[in-house]
Amino acid sequence: MLQVNDLYFNYGKKPVFEGVSFEVDEGELCGLFGPNGCGKTTLFKCCLKFLKYHHGSVVMNGIDITDHRIESMAKLVAYVPQEHKPPFPYLVKEVVLMGRTPHLRGVFGISRKDKERALNALEVLEIGHLADQPYNQLSGGQRQMVLMARAIAQDTKIMFLDEPTSALDFSNQIRIWEIMRLVAGEGVTILACSHDPNHVSWFCNKVVVMNKNGIVAEGAPHNVITEAVLDEIYGGMCSVRSVGSTRMVMPRKIAEREVDRISIDSQLGMRRPATAEIEAV
Amino acid sequence: MERLGYERIEGFSEEKKVGVLISLLALMVLTATIAISRGVYEISFVDVYTIILAHLSPIVDVSSVNRLHNTIVWELRVPRILLAVTVGVALATSGAVFQGCFRNPLVEPYILGVSSGAAFGASLGIVYPHIFHSVQISAFIFGSVAVALAYILARTRDETPIVTLILAGIIIGSIFAALVSIMKYISNDTALREIVFWLMGGFYYASWKDVALVSPIVMSSFLVLWFFGWKLNILSMGDEEARTLGVNPEKYKFLLISIATLITSLAVSTVGIIAWVGLMMPHAARMILGPDHRFVIPAAAMLGGTYLIVCDTMARTLTSAEIPVGIITSILGAPYLFYLLRTRGRAIFG
Repeated sequence: MLQVNDLYFNYGKKPVFEGVSFEVDEGELCGLFGPNGCGKTTLFKCCLKFLKYHHGSVVMNGIDITDHRIESMAKLVAYVPQEHKPPFPYLVKEVVLMGRTPHLRGVFGISRKDKERALNALEVLEIGHLADQPYNQLSGGQRQMVLMARAIAQDTKIMFLDEPTSALDFSNQIRIWEIMRLVAGEGVTILACSHDPNHVSWFCNKVVVMNKNGIVAEGAPHNVITEAVLDEIYGGMCSVRSVGSTRMVMPRKIAEREVDRISIDSQLGMRRPATAEIEAV
Repeated sequence: MERLGYERIEGFSEEKKVGVLISLLALMVLTATIAISRGVYEISFVDVYTIILAHLSPIVDVSSVNRLHNTIVWELRVPRILLAVTVGVALATSGAVFQGCFRNPLVEPYILGVSSGAAFGASLGIVYPHIFHSVQISAFIFGSVAVALAYILARTRDETPIVTLILAGIIIGSIFAALVSIMKYISNDTALREIVFWLMGGFYYASWKDVALVSPIVMSSFLVLWFFGWKLNILSMGDEEARTLGVNPEKYKFLLISIATLITSLAVSTVGIIAWVGLMMPHAARMILGPDHRFVIPAAAMLGGTYLIVCDTMARTLTSAEIPVGIITSILGAPYLFYLLRTRGRAIFG
């Protein structure tokens, strides 16, 4: 569904990434993971034609994006930006309704169906109560939820999300990831970048790990989110542990402290933590 | 899908908005109706409408009415009011469009240098009447040239970033302002007086010829801009947003700014620089109907028309001599904006 082939981009003379290639299949939820400033957002912008890449190609739905017009791109791919605040106090329902723009026809082409789609998207995210509030007076997290609703209302085959959970509280982070899984389950291809290794390893079907000059690893989360890969991008900051059958990435210092305490606890004959075996991978 | 409670409310609120638009139109017509009967030369309400009816209906003979009254009402007041409406619509509409395109509620139609360019064109026409035969045409040409220059100056690598465009507008504007000062400096007393009057704006010379030239262009441009109201909503979210929502920002910004500049330039070259209307009316419209440009554009246009009729009627009736209308729009407008800033500052200015 989405193929990125050997992509090069530089701002002026400074290269941002070189020779980036990966692909995402239809209905896959793919996480793009990497440290700050490694070019994730720039890669997004290249894929969405905001920036012109210098070499390589991006193919969506079997067609090279240079052959897509802006109007047809909008029917194919939706984008949830990181942060954005319009100068005018549009109501939340109006902002979500803007997602229907690529599908509108005629003079006042906003039909009842479009409005229902928009309100439906708000319901999916359980933010129907915000519908009549001015969008630019919401908190950052609420705005992110609204933009997510807009992307759902846009009803596209591909969705790009730029750190969709960065401003959300813990329960909303989980809710957004679950909604993304739901949407992907309906056949939408999703590429989401995230800074949380746990989130990508828990929720994604596939993870692409980026570093300063390109892709470090790609594949299924349990093959990609490993200590070796994390050491390469974060320089030995993290450890990966298993809690039951679930992977946990945690700071190495915490992980070591944890092991120390467990060993002290067991020496003193105390009860081990209920989380069962915590073992190094 | 099951019916959601607010679906009905939303439908209702749009009907209400249409209702507001219709009452604004009624307000504008009513204001015009009253304004026609007002003037330094007292003519009774009945006489005024007898004359207008005589012109509009084929049955009543025009030669049957008082000739002096006929001249005052039909040759002076009616075209003047129609021109005030037209200019009000032009400035308020383009103000709304500029604010949307530039994503800034403090932008006015003169931001790209139309007014300074037109002022320079007009002063050239006033100082050198034998070279530039028509002050209006010269003002129109230089007004448009100023904006075109700003646009060219701001364009880099197929993009026109908003900040660069506004800066370019300020640069071009100040260059033309300096040129106007040169013209003032080298002109004689009569010409200087005329330039100063032109800069303050007014409808003193309004004639049917102006109405016939300006109104059709302004009204059709208004309809085109209104048609793009929803696209303007999308543009006001930012370039990248617009792209992902399928609206080409470069193409539509160029189109909308060009049309808005055309009508501003036309209005300015006909009546001089009238401040505040283009800044204030979109705000007023947004306060009444919210920020959706499908409603802001027509509401601003009708408020602009109404406001200029009121200001111009005051300009010609307050004293026996005429007051330039630009002075009145500013004196009434500045406190209004101050009021907005104090009461609704956060909601409107972010």
